[in-house]
Parts: sequence; C-alpha cells; structure tokens
Amino acid sequence: MRWAIAALAILAAEPVHAQGAGSTVPETGGILPTDDRGWPLFPDPGQPRSPVTPEERPTGEQVVAGLSNASVSITASFDGSEILIYGAVKREAPIPAGDLDVIVTIEAPSQPATIWQKQRRFGIWVNTDSVRIGAAPSFYAVATTGPLEEILSPAWDSRYRISLPQSLRAFADTPAVADTRPFTEAMIRLRRQDGHYRLDESSVTLVEDTLFRTDIRLPANLIEGDYKTRIFLLRGGEVIDVYRAGIEVRKVGVERFLYNLAFDRPLIYGLMSLAVAVAAGWAASAAFRRLRRS
Amino acid sequence: MPRRRVILNANRNGPRRMQIYLPIAEVSVNAFTLTGLGGLVGVMSGLFGVGGGFLITPLLFFIGIPPAIAVATGANQVVASSVSGVLAHMKRKTVDFRMGGVLLAGGLVGSGLGVLVFNILQRLGQVELVVQLCYVVFLGLIGGMMLQESVRALTRSRNPAAGRRRLHQHSWIHRWPLKVKFRASGLYISVIPPLLVGVAVGVLAAIMGVGGGFIMVPAMIYLLGMPTKVVVGTSLFQITFVTAFTTLMHAVNYNTVDVMLAVLLIVGGVIGAQVGTTLGARLRAEQLRILLALLVLAVCGKLALDLFLTPDDLFQIAAGGR
Repeated sequence: MRWAIAALAILAAEPVHAQGAGSTVPETGGILPTDDRGWPLFPDPGQPRSPVTPEERPTGEQVVAGLSNASVSITASFDGSEILIYGAVKREAPIPAGDLDVIVTIEAPSQPATIWQKQRRFGIWVNTDSVRIGAAPSFYAVATTGPLEEILSPAWDSRYRISLPQSLRAFADTPAVADTRPFTEAMIRLRRQDGHYRLDESSVTLVEDTLFRTDIRLPANLIEGDYKTRIFLLRGGEVIDVYRAGIEVRKVGVERFLYNLAFDRPLIYGLMSLAVAVAAGWAASAAFRRLRRS
Repeated sequence: MPRRRVILNANRNGPRRMQIYLPIAEVSVNAFTLTGLGGLVGVMSGLFGVGGGFLITPLLFFIGIPPAIAVATGANQVVASSVSGVLAHMKRKTVDFRMGGVLLAGGLVGSGLGVLVFNILQRLGQVELVVQLCYVVFLGLIGGMMLQESVRALTRSRNPAAGRRRLHQHSWIHRWPLKVKFRASGLYISVIPPLLVGVAVGVLAAIMGVGGGFIMVPAMIYLLGMPTKVVVGTSLFQITFVTAFTTLMHAVNYNTVDVMLAVLLIVGGVIGAQVGTTLGARLRAEQLRILLALLVLAVCGKLALDLFLTPDDLFQIAAGGR
C-alpha cells in the first residue's frame, strides 16, 4: 500500500488541475471519423467499421488527474524521462456496479513515414512496394489496468484511437499495394521492437476504484513538440470520461542554441562546423608533433 | 480482482553512462561509442589517405543516425581527419600541391554534377539501391585490382631475379596535350587525366556520400602512375577541400550537419589520424596497399551480403514521406 499513500500524498500536496478536469467530448462528427486534417482514420478506410459512433453517457463519474511534470527539457545529457501520472475518480453518487478501468496514453507529435517491403529481384533484395502513412506518432505508449482487449470495446477504440494500430492514421495517398495490412503491422512491430510504441498492460494501478497512478518512461530518443496525454475512464468496455493534458518537450541550453543556429543561420552554422573540424585537426597534428619531439 | 496487481516498469535500468542527445539528429547516443568509431576511422585515414567516409557513413546508419544526417556529418568529420592527416604529410613533404590543385578543380566540378545526378536518382526512387550497388561494384573492382597488383609487387620484391619494373613507363597518358611538370610526383603528364580523375571522383563522392579517397588513391597509383608516398598526402589535400565544400552545401541547403555528432567523431578521428600516419611511416608501401585492398574488399563483401542474403525483416520504416 506504499504507493497508494504516495498517490494520496501527491494528491493532497498538489491542487487538482482545474483545466481539463471535466468530461471533454471531442468534436468527431459523422460516422467515419476523420483526422483533424480530414484524412480517413486508420486501419483501412474501406473496411467496415462500427456503424454507430458511440456517445458517452453521463454516469456521474469524472477523472481528475495530474502529471509529475508538465514539461520535459532536453539537455545535452538527456537520457529519457519518467512521467508519473496520477489521479482519482470524482463522483457524487455511490460507486456503480461493474469493473472500472483506466487507460493512460502518451502520444508524441505525428510525422509522415514510409514503410518499404523488400523483394528478391534478379537475386538481390530490393525495396519494391511501399505504403506511405500520412501521420504516425514518433512515440506512443498505452498503459492500462488490464488486458486492453478485455477492457476496451472496438467501437470505443476506433472512436478515440487508443490501441497501437489506431495510432497510425491516414495513408498519404492511395496505396499502390492491394493489402496494406502487412505493412502497417510491420510498422507497429518494428516500432515496438525499438521501444517507440509500447503497450504496458496492467501497469496502471487502481485502488478502491478511486485512486490510480502509473509511471511512463519517455525514451532518450525524443523529438521536440507538444506531447498529448489522455486518461480514459472505462466501464464495461465503454469510455465514460476522458481527461487530457499536454507535456511540452523542448530542447534547452546548448541544444536549443545549436538547433536554432542550424535552421536560422545555416551558413554561419556550416562555417562554424568547418572551423571546429579544421581547428581540431590542426590541434591534434600540433599536439602529436610536440609529443613526438619530446 | 486479480489483474489489479502492482507491476512496475521493467525497463528501469540503471543510469546509462555518457549518453549525449544530438540536437539535429534528435537521437541520444553513447559518447564513447562515437569517439571510438571516429578513432577507428581516423587510423584508416592516416594510414591509407582515405577520408574514411565509406566506413563512417554505413557505421552511422547502423547505430541509428538518420541517413541524411549521417552523410552530411560524416563529411564534416572527414574534414577534420584529413586536415590532421594532411598537416602530418606536409611536414614530411609528401604532398604534391600542383597535382592536388588539379584534382581539386576537377573534384568541385564533379561534386556539383554528382548532386545533380543524386537529385535525378531520388526522383526516380531507388537511390538507396543505386548507392549500395555503386559501393559493391567500385569497392569490389578496386579492392580486387589492388590486391592482385600488390601481391604481385610483393612477390617480385622477394625474388628480384624475376625482373624489375621499369622506372618510367610510357602509355597513352603521355600522348595527351597540355603537359605539366608535377615535380613532387616526378611526373610530366597532361593535366587532362588528373582533371578527369577529379571529376569522376567528385561525381561518385557526391552520389555515395563519401570523400572519394578510396577511389582516388588507386586511380592516382594505377592511372596516373604517381608514387605511393605522395599519393596519400595529395589525396588527403584534395579530400579536405571537397568535403569542406560538401559540408557547407549540406548545412546551408538541408540543415543536416549535426555539429555535436561531428565533434564526438572528430575527437576520436584526429587522434586516430595521427596514430595512422605514424603507423604508415613504419609500414612498407606494398604491405600498406595489401591492407587497404583487404579492407576495401571486406566492406564490399559485407555490403554484397546485405544485398543477397534474406534480410531479417522484409519491412523497414523510413521517416518522412519518401
């Protein structure tokens, strides 16, 4: 029960974040949900989807939550960062019957990506087919209180894009291959292998159907941007409340300086890089000459 | 509720030592790995007069640096190790500046042409395959030729009764106009062949993202007939300027030079280059050539295997739209 006390202590110490501490219903209109740029959602626009977009029914239960840090600074020695996400379920009525579950996701800004498949041509392996994904997060972690398939229904998954396959979306153009499934599966497999996509089932701890907490480790290879954190409250596979918060990931210090210089004044940056190289080469040469003489 | 167990993250490994976050590449890498890599390539550079780009660029891919940044930053690192090497060679007076100047003029023209060709290839797709095939073909040809020649030279020097190579061989190269005296090389040949060598190397260098030393050194020895002693210093001299030009182009046009990565590589590289130069002075020219030939063949073999063997995963992710 050590952690529960810790969570309580944190809750007591920090004022409940006012912003976002209510139910937030996103504006997804229409039967086929689309991305904010109007792209059809992944996995396959042509696939039959759940006919009705489910709507949240007010149950009188709300998530209130907080993050251990609202921003992450990338310094030169940045080695990843651990984010503690904690919170509680706020309710006016007694606890309803049924299992309560919590899913926490952290999502990095999306970038386009291309998945290539190799085939043997004239005896050598050549990239032949490709599928371009319009937007895929460079990092995506899902932490849950239990097996994802048991606690989340597919309809709600496709509405909120919670599971890993749902995080990829929008083919950048009409795919040239008949079946895109092997490509997207490969993308998720490869990203899971290198730790950029993670599904940590049962890593969220929930006490008395009220308090919850989880730690999500952000890897060292982070890109800059605004990361999105979502906390879902579920009952019987249905999402009953969502809490959203942002994590600002920014380069600081020498990282910031070099990055800005490289993009704002590329000529000066290039000349500086050359100067460093020439100076280092000369210094080493001079040092070794002295070393040999002595 | 059995599934509500406390499961703590397993990946809470201890503090990793000396991780450095690269500002442009946006990846975190181990500082010692990179310095060691730079050192290794530096030794090659000092020993053989190759910039080491053909080693460092694939190695950087391997540790997860995005390709565009690996190529551009590799060029920057080559500048440092070549400067270090060329200074050491200048002290020993083994640089033919006139020849270097001619090669450089050709190299800058060729590098410009190469960037153009690279863009065309990129538009057609499959640039990666072309680069890989280029590596296999060129490294294979050059490595094989050098190995054969230097083994022959070594056996000849073991039993001198087998006949000596003539000091001065006249070939088609001596019939071309615009003859110039290259005193340091002991040559009196037309400027056109070295100029063409420079252009060809420049084109290949830009396409393959390397300094081009591994092509130029054999070309200078076998096509131009330069003595091995001046070849290394002269090629380093040319490489210094061509890679400096390339670095600047990449930094200005594509913002792909990561100075933090470059510094780590350079620290290892400049020390390695000095060690290599010292080592090179102790080895005999034929042995040096056999070593370079074997190295070139090894890299070629590795790349060829990658093309022919079934890869671990048939799929790969490329960031960005292409």
